[in-house]
Amino acid sequence: MTTNQLLFGALPYAVVLLAVMVTIVRWRRLPFSVSSLSSQLLESRKLYWGSVPFHWGISLILVGHLLALIIPSGFELWNGESVRLFLLEATGLGLALWAAFGITVLIARRLTSDRVKAVTTPMDVVVLLIIAVQIVTGIWIAVGYRFGSFWGTSVFVPYIRSLIVFQPAPEYVDPLPWVLKSHVLAFYAFVAVFAFSRLVHIIALPIQYLWRPWQRVVFMRKPSGVYHPAAPRPQDQGSKDHEPKQLTDQSASK
Amino acid sequence: MKVRAQMSMLFHLDKCIGCHTCSVACKNLWTDREGAEYMWWNNVETRPGTGYPTGWEDQEHYKGGWHRDEKGRLKLVLHSKSAGLGKLFYNPSLPELDDYYDPFTFKYGDLFNSPQQEQQVTAIPISKITGTPVEISTGPNWDDDLGGSDIYARNDPSMEGIDEATRAQMEEIERVVLNYVPRICNHCLNPACVAACPSGAIYKRGEDGVVLVNEDKCRGWRMCVAGCPYKKVYYNWDTGKSEKCILCFPRMETGQAPACAHSCVGRIRYMGVLLYDQDRIADVTSLPEDELVDAQLDMILDPWDDAVVAAAAAAGIDDGWIDAARRSPVYKFVKEWGMALPLHPEYRTAAMMFYIPPLSPVMSTVERNLVRLDIPEDRRDFALADELDKARMPLKYLANLFTVGDVEPIRRILKMMFAVRSYKRRQSVEGDMDSDTLGLLESAGLSEAEAEAIYKLTTVPTIDDRFVFPPYHREMSIETLEDPLVRKGITGFGQINRPKRDA
Repeated sequence: MTTNQLLFGALPYAVVLLAVMVTIVRWRRLPFSVSSLSSQLLESRKLYWGSVPFHWGISLILVGHLLALIIPSGFELWNGESVRLFLLEATGLGLALWAAFGITVLIARRLTSDRVKAVTTPMDVVVLLIIAVQIVTGIWIAVGYRFGSFWGTSVFVPYIRSLIVFQPAPEYVDPLPWVLKSHVLAFYAFVAVFAFSRLVHIIALPIQYLWRPWQRVVFMRKPSGVYHPAAPRPQDQGSKDHEPKQLTDQSASK
Repeated sequence: MKVRAQMSMLFHLDKCIGCHTCSVACKNLWTDREGAEYMWWNNVETRPGTGYPTGWEDQEHYKGGWHRDEKGRLKLVLHSKSAGLGKLFYNPSLPELDDYYDPFTFKYGDLFNSPQQEQQVTAIPISKITGTPVEISTGPNWDDDLGGSDIYARNDPSMEGIDEATRAQMEEIERVVLNYVPRICNHCLNPACVAACPSGAIYKRGEDGVVLVNEDKCRGWRMCVAGCPYKKVYYNWDTGKSEKCILCFPRMETGQAPACAHSCVGRIRYMGVLLYDQDRIADVTSLPEDELVDAQLDMILDPWDDAVVAAAAAAGIDDGWIDAARRSPVYKFVKEWGMALPLHPEYRTAAMMFYIPPLSPVMSTVERNLVRLDIPEDRRDFALADELDKARMPLKYLANLFTVGDVEPIRRILKMMFAVRSYKRRQSVEGDMDSDTLGLLESAGLSEAEAEAIYKLTTVPTIDDRFVFPPYHREMSIETLEDPLVRKGITGFGQINRPKRDA
């Protein structure tokens, strides 16, 4: 197995498997450890200038990458006219620079604020560095290898798709310059540390908030009246098939 | 009618001496940990003052609680659901640590380890977060007993609507006036923290109404901290989870009063069950401001009413709880006598901790360094009752705290307290009763029996009078989660993570 096959054919499976397995175990066994680990309480002003540009920039870029993976033909059609290609590339570059500004502020904040330093773990530093590499190489590619949204659909999209269908074709990546390779490798590093760092908070994004009722009322035991002295006690059940009852989750009327 | 039970606490402010024993009991039990040092689930504030965290009542700034929009609908002040998700990365309404205070300790080790030197060694203050030396400039109770009141008391949002003359009178040095407001989580019926939590980690416990954070579901989005108008949810900077007063539920479940209430030196705290109509929460909390207080008190149901008892039974509330609701001292003060009010009902969370407003010190003026009462000697006891507007603590100020600015309920309550005091004084000092005193009692709307009962519960209650806990039936509730036969012989709590031992 060549180095290329190892890094771009085997490594992605290893890191994704690691991320999925460990995340599942962590989510189920150590749910207390899953948190955004916000440090806004300790330092707020710099966080505003760092967190907002970084999160929005990086999320929108990620959505762009996913769209390219899902509907590459859409990108090809869109880029058919050069004005639209410039528009797309400029937007992408703008978002990347926005995110870069954000992460610069975040790194500076980690280095300068004593209170934030007190809650910084080595893993936080690793995560910041991996993402910084990701953003820097991304900008480098956008500027130096124009235009990614144009050639990417015929290089990266088939490569990633080959991984998804379990027929890895690392040869797509083999001839690419090292900057492009390191952009991909930084992503694998990101996936590798995902489950072991604060990055798990990404999948904790609380979309369900949009449709849950405002109030939550939880009864530790069902308000069924079965233990009311006036009501008969429930029939004795054999211990074998006696399923422990789940906590009931009842919403208030509003 | 859908009946639910609420464990409620009542604070008799007329008895509070501001000793902070409650705060310390709570701190020792629950928040003496890394990340929680700055939290005071229970704190005692000097009023007028800006409280803890500084200026928590300023909802223009902190955006806590609910408001009623033009169409009369109830909206979170903090955000709509979609806007809330948009602010996950940065919450503009979150108090910063300095709005509370930088928790500090002292380098006691220096006292032992310092080499011999010219000067006496001192233990310098260091931050409990960074461990570096700090200049202590504020604390959770920096304005205790009006310390620094020209900064703190002047900025009290509840001073709004109090005219300049009255303000000057409050600040006049020999007439200066203060009272204490101990605060814990209000365990609201319409909690804004629950509504603000994007993860759905906070919930109200159905059985007793305790509002709890499920720390396994909390993801540290910290919207609850901003959403709670009382600023009684705290973010633990170490664990990245929110924490709050749990009303000492493990103590209540075993029939003990919460630590703050149990340790109360002035015995100002009472606890008991209140039954309320869950169906009316949404309507009541969205009423116009002037109807809020009455409507909220009206939501609390009479445990002697057969219809209520039947509805409670249908809702699974067992006889022990209904019995406790009937004996509840909180019910007596809040409903039977109408002497207690919720704190800041205008936040529309339907707070379920109640306060009896304090009677002010005797009104007086200072003339040529002599204190003189402003009331004719012969009418002293009775004239005061009619001139409560001249009380040193302005009625308007108390009204801003408890009744959305309406002084009438405050006047009525203070008059009741005053009448009971006069009645008992007459009885115990003179040994007889006169028509003036009885007239005062009547004008306060009280019978002699009621006055006796109020006196008894206020002044000489036993611990069993003050704390009436329902049976929690933990032995039964465990059966819904675990099969006792399967668990037989397995004692104690389970472990997920075994403690580390030396290899």
